[in-house]
Amino acid sequence: MTETTEMVRADNVHKSFGSLEVLKGIDLVVKPGEVCCVLGPSGSGKSTFLRCINHLEKINAGRIFVDGELVGYRERGGKLHEMGEKDVARQRQSIGMVFQRFNLFPHMTVLDNVMEAPCRVKRESKSEVRDRATALLEKVGLGAKVGNYPGQLSGGQQQRVAIARALAMRPKLMLFDEPTSALDPELVGEVLDTMKDLARDGMTMVVVTHEIGFAREVGDNLIFMDGGVVVEQGPPREVIGNPQHERTKAFLSKVL
Amino acid sequence: MSDDTTTERARPEAIKAVPVRHPGRWVGLGIIAILAAMFLHMLLTNDRIRWSFIFLEYQDGKRGVMFTEPVLEGLRGTILLTISSMAIGILLGVVIAIMRLSPNKILSTVAFIYTWFFRAAPRLVLALLFGNLNILWERIGFGLPFGTQIGKLFGLDNFDGQFYSIKASDLLAGFVAGMLALALSEAAYMAEIVRAGIQSIDQGQSEAAVALGMSRGQVLRRVVLPQAMRVIVPPTGNEVIAMVKDTSLVAYVPVTFELFFQLQQIQARTFVVLPVFVAALIWYLILCTILMIGQYFVERHFGRGYGATGKAKQRLRDIQVEQGGRITPTGEGT
Repeated sequence: MTETTEMVRADNVHKSFGSLEVLKGIDLVVKPGEVCCVLGPSGSGKSTFLRCINHLEKINAGRIFVDGELVGYRERGGKLHEMGEKDVARQRQSIGMVFQRFNLFPHMTVLDNVMEAPCRVKRESKSEVRDRATALLEKVGLGAKVGNYPGQLSGGQQQRVAIARALAMRPKLMLFDEPTSALDPELVGEVLDTMKDLARDGMTMVVVTHEIGFAREVGDNLIFMDGGVVVEQGPPREVIGNPQHERTKAFLSKVL
Repeated sequence: MSDDTTTERARPEAIKAVPVRHPGRWVGLGIIAILAAMFLHMLLTNDRIRWSFIFLEYQDGKRGVMFTEPVLEGLRGTILLTISSMAIGILLGVVIAIMRLSPNKILSTVAFIYTWFFRAAPRLVLALLFGNLNILWERIGFGLPFGTQIGKLFGLDNFDGQFYSIKASDLLAGFVAGMLALALSEAAYMAEIVRAGIQSIDQGQSEAAVALGMSRGQVLRRVVLPQAMRVIVPPTGNEVIAMVKDTSLVAYVPVTFELFFQLQQIQARTFVVLPVFVAALIWYLILCTILMIGQYFVERHFGRGYGATGKAKQRLRDIQVEQGGRITPTGEGT
């Protein structure tokens, strides 16, 4: 499992919260440089699946590999061993995540938010990180806001800071959990533009979203989830333009 | 109205309404002024308060009772006791709060029992108890538990398994006993305050931190606790101030190195009662005032990025406006 032709590989992933089974066997492959969009009604398990990829949720059955490495466990002699805190943290360093509600650290300035993880986790030199963080903030169009606190920014600006914060760790994979769902309609565009730039730069992305337009324009692959299973998947234009499954048709007719 | 740009309609004149009158306020002000004058009159003209006894000279050739050497010594003791017991209390409190929130059942149960015991035990009783604990042991030290018994098992008669020990009456008397009683009791209260602070932080904060690859310790130190401080500091300010006053309890340990005890000694010597209490009151007021000023700055430090007090004030002002009060000249109208 060391070939790097698969950035993310999920094999028959199951996840339950107590007696509630949220994921009932998810299979997925995301190739390097690919943008995979995950669509589906709320409660379909798409956010949970995303959180499984960086082990924020522990899966109950199946396997998830990121860049060929099993997530959260080590397989030795046919037996699974739970990874310690340190190893899980190391795996997460190369997986960036952007949340629906931004989750910026409100007690730090924008620049400190972006610098925190590279300085504390990777222990890189401060001046180097500062240069990189400033450049990233420039890139997401917030070069003038480095000294502000998150509370002084609009939702769209906060989300762009959150993207820069994740990128500062130089991840090989980015996970987006409904990044525009908490935004005012007129602020959605700026965040999507930032994500488009990122996709153009060749970043591998898994995006849980309700933005059909974004999925169609940027996505290489689209999966539609409902009730904890993948109902339909394929190239976004085909799935959106010509859905095969009843459930997909019903969903798309409501959101389009 | 310097640069009217697009609107073709002239801006109407700003509203200049006669504000709502509050005659009740003036009546209230009058009553308060009279009461204050009566109070001042009592303070200034009643000779039995004996201000000169308090400030200037309590016996021939001696300074006022507030500034005599034993009282100042007692004041130092009170300050030292407050600082040391609060320092231990806060550190231990943070540890216990984290234990309480740990997924490890043993740790959380231990923390729960600790807070249960020390919150349920009155401080005065604790102070007395700790002052007399040395009755239980002759010496206190670090060593193997059941050391002597283990020694006997292996046929060693004089083995005690102690690495270091000290006479109990030396360690657990006076100042240390009093400080421990206050500190351990304080830790229980602080643990609850810190727990409330940690629990007030949105789950998303630690999730975001963890997703960046931070360790549990880093998440706590860098993300959760600094934010929780905003919630922790105000009640901790209460605790510090309460502690200044609770130090007077250790007089029963007994600790003589303490403000209130020293003042009472003077009371016993001179048979002057009320002025001594007034002197004690003034010292406690001064100490607590300094602490409250300190709290203001600590709160301001941890409120950065929030402007919490400012926002709360604005919110209260908004409520006032919504209820028909006057519009404050901030931002509105020109």
